[in-house]
Amino acid sequence: MTELIDPGVAERVLRRALAGGGEFAEVFCERGAGLTLAIDESRIESVQSGASAGAGVRVLSEGTTYFAHVDGLDPDDLVRAAGEAAAALRAESAEPRPLRAEAVEPQPIELRPAEVAAERKAELLRELDSRGRSAGPEVSELTASYAEVRREVAVTNSDGLLSGDDRTRVRIGVQAVARREGEVQTGSETLGGHRGFELFEDDPGAIAEAAAGKALTLLDAGPAPAGSMPVVIGGGFGGVLFHEMTGHGLEADHVQKGASVYAGRLGAQVAQPLLTAYDDGRMPNEWGSDSIDDEGTPTRQTMVIEDGRLVSFLHDRLTAARDGVAPTGNGRRESFRHLPVPRMTNTYIAPGDAEPEAMIAEVEKGFYAASFAGGQVDPATGDFVFGVSEGYLIEAGRVTRPCRGATLIGNCLEALLAIDAVGSDFEMKTGVCGKAGQKVPVGTGQGHVRVRAMTVGGTDV
Amino acid sequence: MIELARRAVEGAVAAGAGDAEAYASEDAEREVRAHGGSVESLTAATRRGIGVRAWIGKRAGYAYGTDLSDGGIRELAARAAEAARIADEDEFAGPPEPPVRRSPEIGGESAAELRDPSVGEWSSRDVAALALRIEEAALAADRRVAAVEQAVYADSAERVAIVSSTGIEVEYERTSCYGYTQALAEGEGARETGLGFGLGRGPAALEPAEIGREAAARATQMIGAGKPPSRACPVVLDATVAASFVALIGRALGADAVQRGRSPFAGLAGEAVADEAFVVHDDGLDPAGPESSPVDGEGTPRRRLALIEGGALRAFLYDTYTARRAGTSSTGSASRGGYRSQPSVGASNLLVATGALDLDGLLAEAGDGVVVTDVAGLHSGVNSVTGAFSVGASGFAIRGGEAAEPLREFTIASDLVSMLKAVRAAGSVARWVPFGGSVRTPPLLIGEMTVAGS
Repeated sequence: MTELIDPGVAERVLRRALAGGGEFAEVFCERGAGLTLAIDESRIESVQSGASAGAGVRVLSEGTTYFAHVDGLDPDDLVRAAGEAAAALRAESAEPRPLRAEAVEPQPIELRPAEVAAERKAELLRELDSRGRSAGPEVSELTASYAEVRREVAVTNSDGLLSGDDRTRVRIGVQAVARREGEVQTGSETLGGHRGFELFEDDPGAIAEAAAGKALTLLDAGPAPAGSMPVVIGGGFGGVLFHEMTGHGLEADHVQKGASVYAGRLGAQVAQPLLTAYDDGRMPNEWGSDSIDDEGTPTRQTMVIEDGRLVSFLHDRLTAARDGVAPTGNGRRESFRHLPVPRMTNTYIAPGDAEPEAMIAEVEKGFYAASFAGGQVDPATGDFVFGVSEGYLIEAGRVTRPCRGATLIGNCLEALLAIDAVGSDFEMKTGVCGKAGQKVPVGTGQGHVRVRAMTVGGTDV
Repeated sequence: MIELARRAVEGAVAAGAGDAEAYASEDAEREVRAHGGSVESLTAATRRGIGVRAWIGKRAGYAYGTDLSDGGIRELAARAAEAARIADEDEFAGPPEPPVRRSPEIGGESAAELRDPSVGEWSSRDVAALALRIEEAALAADRRVAAVEQAVYADSAERVAIVSSTGIEVEYERTSCYGYTQALAEGEGARETGLGFGLGRGPAALEPAEIGREAAARATQMIGAGKPPSRACPVVLDATVAASFVALIGRALGADAVQRGRSPFAGLAGEAVADEAFVVHDDGLDPAGPESSPVDGEGTPRRRLALIEGGALRAFLYDTYTARRAGTSSTGSASRGGYRSQPSVGASNLLVATGALDLDGLLAEAGDGVVVTDVAGLHSGVNSVTGAFSVGASGFAIRGGEAAEPLREFTIASDLVSMLKAVRAAGSVARWVPFGGSVRTPPLLIGEMTVAGS
């Protein structure tokens, strides 16, 4: 991995970066290669092969970050980037520490996607297409996509770090459309991991059936209710609720600017004692996992909420230094073209002791949000909104008819405190999270979770 | 750039492609982030890359890369041909043909209007000062503004070259910049945020004081907000919110979504889809448009096109592929996110016609309802096939035709076509909004929409 940059070159570049002074300099090198293809109208299309290499250099001086990035990994490219980053600095040069190479064990990959014949990937999409379409005659359209990417990264800095990682991710996704008379509904499902092609050995076609099944179920949907009511959130991608409403507010950059509702609440009871939650960048082969973060800090499991009490924020180097704590391995970036910021990896609510069926049985009239299309939160106010992709009414303790077009809306401080049951089931799902214009792969997970009261925004007033 | 693009096309043909097209781009970018009266980060970057489309018979493939050495270009061109071999045959696949007419000139004058020399002339110190002025203005505007999360200035100067084996050869340059800030206001025991932004071709065109003032006004206006009761009522979408919806409408008018039956506008060509008060054009040549360029992402000249006018759906947006599939010609609507993405159908700049009433006039016309000043969850709350949506919203109440108390934590729900048919008036003042697309729109008064709150 660290063959991306020779130690001698690394030293030269760091020296150049600190030539005008500065407390810290870092070089992030990356070589990426990927392939994506899709099937639509039962035809393989949009075949795209990408390759890029480049480096980002940053220098920290008196509270300001100076950053430059270049395409290419030639030593000259790197020195040029270092020169650009340091262009505005006029102080006396600083000396980087001698480098020591860290040994990093990348996530194990059995079957490198690049070594798998393209025809097998096309076959995989054809299987998704036929499995999804055979779920029912009302499935009118289906699109599926396949993506593989390998990113080799190296990080070196003036504190003497020289480390690297070799990351391979694969992901497939299916979107099915079902039609009956004027009614049109969609269902989607994804499967991905920090893994090789072996991820698809075990019945990948099941996700196509699941996506088509959702679309078919929703054909019977009525309008969603509107108003405040108990809401049971499904396992797996239901975890995006926690990711959005709490996870982002725990990212220390928001906290330190006072732009998080969790600022100043470390140690406070922010949820009922039945709730414990983690961010864990080390989960083996999980979608949001890496061996090191993009600043070279080894990833780890961080407990963020312990028995309802807020116990940790998520840090990169910069925010950790400001708070006088150790970095938590959450300094992530989309690519060498971006500055690292505190980001979640795999975030989840730990399994509780409630049975999902019992959680629903206790609800007289409510809403069951089985899965989400996505969500958004303003960490400063805590206001959030979620689009429900699969939702049902709960009537007299039973899940009854499906609902179309529901949205959940609320404030995270209230909603987190209102979680009154956490299921013993557990599932992780893949997502792509956007923040500050950067997208990174994240895992979300949980079992079923019940919120005592939440606003459902439907059309049935 | 054009020479590199030529070599990439030759490389793909040499690797077995019957036809090929290369899109080469180079840009210089910088960004300043300010916080707490000092510069938080200063970024400078250059990026160069090529994307190649290769056709082998009726199969199409794409590859991109950043290694622009001779060997790198050959390798990337060969990968494009290789990608084409994986794809299935598609009878409509094929390269764009060169235009029969010359590329039009932006705004009737010269393409130089797409460049603002101030991008190159302002030093990083100058633009850092601009970002700091945005922050200062937000803090000074209202004592309830406690902090600014970040004030950002960014600009770029790009050069694009497109070359194809069918004879297209075109090159253009363009500059753009934007500034924004997120203000944090405190009051009544809660914290509120507000966004202010501005955009232009260069820093000289930005008004930092206005950006800061808008952020402060949006944040402080929300202090003490409560939930509205659930009901159906008139809704005024302010220009930023209207723009988000118009961008969605632009996507749904792309022929690709329409042909594949995944657009609420499929089958509605020529039909009534809106009230006559709502008129929207796509205009890739507007001199002020962020997405303006002489040609689209595959070298076809841009133009101005009526999409919805007189209440009826007048036209869809076509690129070469969808035009061939429909037996028509491209509308110059191939959009491209850079060399890393293949062209796909997309709007350039969407321009919504203005009406007679200013904002106060719209409120008076609404009588009793809500104004929406912000929406959240558009990417997850809209069914792109049916156009049905339910999204989170905040804003303020309208009572007796006048602005009343602030509102938060509610949703608005409808579907795109019903909403367009319910437009009662467009405002008289339009602005450019870059959220999810490039849109210039006034506020819109919608006769009735479902508002779900308490």
